[in-house]
Amino acid sequence: MNDSLKKIRLATIWLDGCSGCHMSILDMDEKLVEIAEFVDVVYSPYVDAKEFPEGVDLTIVEGALSTDHDLEMIKKIRKNSKLILALGDCAITGNISAMKNLYGKEAVLQRGYFELADLNKEYPSKTVPKLLERVIPLHEAIKVDYFLPGCPTPADAIYEMLKALIEGREINVHELTRFGK
Amino acid sequence: MIREKVRVKSFKIDGICVTGQSNQTILEVAHDNGIEIPTMCYMEGLSCVGSCRMCIVEIKGSHEPIPACTAKIKEGMEVTTSSPYIKTAREMILSMMFSERSHTCSTCVVNGDCELQSKSVELELEHSATPYLNQRFEIDASHKNFVNDPNRCILCTRCIRVCDEIEGAHALDLFGRGLNTRVIHDMDEPWADSTSCTSCGKCVYVCPTGALYEKDISEEDVIKKRKIITELIKNKS
Repeated sequence: MNDSLKKIRLATIWLDGCSGCHMSILDMDEKLVEIAEFVDVVYSPYVDAKEFPEGVDLTIVEGALSTDHDLEMIKKIRKNSKLILALGDCAITGNISAMKNLYGKEAVLQRGYFELADLNKEYPSKTVPKLLERVIPLHEAIKVDYFLPGCPTPADAIYEMLKALIEGREINVHELTRFGK
Repeated sequence: MIREKVRVKSFKIDGICVTGQSNQTILEVAHDNGIEIPTMCYMEGLSCVGSCRMCIVEIKGSHEPIPACTAKIKEGMEVTTSSPYIKTAREMILSMMFSERSHTCSTCVVNGDCELQSKSVELELEHSATPYLNQRFEIDASHKNFVNDPNRCILCTRCIRVCDEIEGAHALDLFGRGLNTRVIHDMDEPWADSTSCTSCGKCVYVCPTGALYEKDISEEDVIKKRKIITELIKNKS
């Protein structure tokens, strides 16, 4: 197999979002078969890889950055990926994930682990990642190559974007989607 | 004071020779000649304040861009409505509007009928060039029919102008400075307690975003009647 026929190494990840954008990817339905001919999914909630691999061509990131783990992951993704696509409003604006910024990290933890808790009233100190002071969109932490807004991004917009990337041509994302769509 | 006579002035917009009356603005003459300039705070029939700066244009010989909605035309001026410099400036202005307050489209009742959202499509802005400030303001839902949510306000002042100039009540005004500026009722009282508000709803209809909205209405039912107000103003004059 020569290089031009080599499949694109694709990764997808779901950070602080609702997984709606990943549902939207699945909503491409039969078009997924067409896309699958060109891509090899090397890391994703859809597959079983545990570690984010090296040499990824394109990573699709859903969700904002809310924890120290998200921040660590996005830096690793940037290092290991040629291109990054921010998928959906959470990844691009913070969206619903960032609404807790209006009240602050302390207020959110207080509400979740004290006011609404019946037992063991304490902040989590093990295994659960620590919340950042404020939720930020991807581009406030790393360089993002493509942005595809929407809440969730419509399946057709994802399809058109992936097709364009596979074929190496530019598209106008504003004809396909917008914030809140 | 001797009133200046209205004269015809000739000048150029984007290299096209146009003429207008000396009391017209660049935006009006551009509009008469089918030249599109993006606007936000502008509303046909209301006074022009140039608060949003979306309609900025370059004028040959001037070192800074100026808003077309407030700039009166001058003989021989050369106006450029679109250039890489203007495009970048407009994107920055729009970014600042998005990042200053909490514009979460997916939780907004006017999602799909919002001029700020449409502007991001028109100007092809898919992410904010400025970091989000995450400011929080108290919502005033005291009025029986309407809500004032300063978190979604872009301070265009259309509501203030329509209340003052068309309804004649001047129940609304701006309070505070800079990032903390808010639209208030009377002397910053709850909307329900405002004695000058006539509950006509014109402010709600002209609001470009979801800052002012009608209660008990679902996202599907929200259609801001911005055109109705413009028609009303036209018929009045």
